[in-house]
Amino acid sequence: MAKVDYVIPETHEFPIIPSVMEGAMAHSSPFIAGEEFQTDMGFPSGEDKGLVDDWKNIFLAQLKEKLSKYRSLLVFMDTCVKCGACTDKCHYFIGTADPKNMPVARQDLLRKVYRRYFTFAGKWFPKLVGAIDLTEEAIKDMYDYYHQCSECRRCAVFCPFGIDTAEVTMAARDMLAHIGMGQKYSNQIIPKVHKIGNNLGLPEPALIDTLEGLEEEVEEDINVKVRFPLDEKGAEILLVTPSADFFAEPHIDGLIGYAKVFHAAGVTWTMSSKASEAANFGLFIGNYEHMREISLRIRDAAKDLGVKRIIFGECGHAWRVAYNHLNTLAGPWDFLDQNYPIPQHILEFTKDCLDRNILNIDKTENDHMTLTFHDSCNIARASRIGDTPGSQFTTPRQVIKAVCNNFHDMSADTINDQTFCCGGGGGLLTDDLMELRIKGALPRMEALKNVSKDYGVTHMAAICAICKSQFTKVLPYYGMTMDQIVSVHQLVSNAIILDGQGEEADDSDDAEAAA
Amino acid sequence: MSSIEVNGKSFEVDEEGYLANLNEWEPAIGAAMAAAEDQPLSDEHWDIINFLREYYEEYQIAPAVRVLTKAVGKRLGKDKGNSKYLYELFPYGPGKQACKYAGLPKPTGCV
Repeated sequence: MAKVDYVIPETHEFPIIPSVMEGAMAHSSPFIAGEEFQTDMGFPSGEDKGLVDDWKNIFLAQLKEKLSKYRSLLVFMDTCVKCGACTDKCHYFIGTADPKNMPVARQDLLRKVYRRYFTFAGKWFPKLVGAIDLTEEAIKDMYDYYHQCSECRRCAVFCPFGIDTAEVTMAARDMLAHIGMGQKYSNQIIPKVHKIGNNLGLPEPALIDTLEGLEEEVEEDINVKVRFPLDEKGAEILLVTPSADFFAEPHIDGLIGYAKVFHAAGVTWTMSSKASEAANFGLFIGNYEHMREISLRIRDAAKDLGVKRIIFGECGHAWRVAYNHLNTLAGPWDFLDQNYPIPQHILEFTKDCLDRNILNIDKTENDHMTLTFHDSCNIARASRIGDTPGSQFTTPRQVIKAVCNNFHDMSADTINDQTFCCGGGGGLLTDDLMELRIKGALPRMEALKNVSKDYGVTHMAAICAICKSQFTKVLPYYGMTMDQIVSVHQLVSNAIILDGQGEEADDSDDAEAAA
Repeated sequence: MSSIEVNGKSFEVDEEGYLANLNEWEPAIGAAMAAAEDQPLSDEHWDIINFLREYYEEYQIAPAVRVLTKAVGKRLGKDKGNSKYLYELFPYGPGKQACKYAGLPKPTGCV
């Protein structure tokens, strides 16, 4: 845990809405993408990471185009009545007290400019309707505060009109990128997906080496050869999973879980070196073309490998893109088996196996933990797992309860569709935003602490790579430990007993426990 | 771009202090970066740093955490082949802090 020079927010027994502190996060601004990254992305860059010439006209032309292309954006710009329902719903406002982190204020950064140039009243009587000129100051505010939104949509749940700040943020970020103000973190990552296949820039030989290492590790652990196949033509299922699953903890234990489930189910499956990433940061930066190009890799991989089904691993926004848009971005998927959901979520696959009773489960393997579940925002509020309303909430819990004896939910106003973002989603999982990430995690940390105190919860399970990495980093700042965050399929992995899982394995487990 | 001075020579680094050109790396650079962060470097630290460089040379990427812990376990004993030990050595995170001292680019993505 790194030392920090700001105050970590206090957690309380009940949530406290902070008193407003003007400008509290005005200093928070992620690195601007340099020319190398902007060029790779097809975006222009100004001198010394500044604005491009003619930035004002470009921005307004972009806005005009978006308003005509995305009717939702136009409605969101016009509709807000300043009722205030959203003001205390954003985790970044709760954690930072900066009034510009109130969703309505965040939307207004763009709305004020929209009014000035696109409405009759704003053109003639700007002061009366809160319209402002598009100045460099307005651009700076947009850059700073549209990078203090994780596009989690919690505010939209409470808005009586359903105004979705996430869409406003996406639109604003895309317009900013077109005038030289792209964000380094996302714009450094997306070209790696195009060139190498994943966010990490993990080349095929390294991926092979990593997967071989995993096969050895699992075999040493349970004495069963569980495969982690890559680029195997003719496999039935293509697994598309976040590259963090290859790289980081606890993600990798989730990947081991998927592999064990596939092994036990007796299906053939493969991963792809070309589509070695589920994440699609094109969504975060609001850029349709990149989102589409990233999605098309999955289509290419599925065709090349001749698979019949596509299953996504534990990644929140990847599933949001896949569930909602895979067909329009990269369809038609007429070459896949139409008897299965296209695409399918790994939890749907595992739950089906559990329902059909084909997995041998020993729940006591997870008895050393008491679990709670963190609903990832993109799953909870932007997609569905399963096929009934709300089954994105029930399915993960059913799977956890099927493999664990001890489970307690966190406070009702922090779960399901009211879940709080981890604090690092939407393209903000970068070290240069660490203060924002730590403060934005406050509501979730508070709920976790309270359920730990009241019900003895020891671990929190998640189904999103960003959530897992974010909590690993921020838990210690709230007096908890990084290993308290686990993957849902890590729990499945612990409890599943594969055919032939031998005596030797038990011995080594005991030895580890003793050590 | 900013730069750091080591033994009278100037080396370019990015906004977060990662070396811009990994071919310029020499142990003194890693030592200077660590000193600037008040991070003492023992033989164990150097063992990790050297392994990261070797792995990067072969694979053009830093090793995944399990690859790293496995290698450390083999070199230094099984009790040290875990991420807890690595975090004791590099409290900012082995992937990022150790990569920085090794002159490698920061791992990107959801990690």
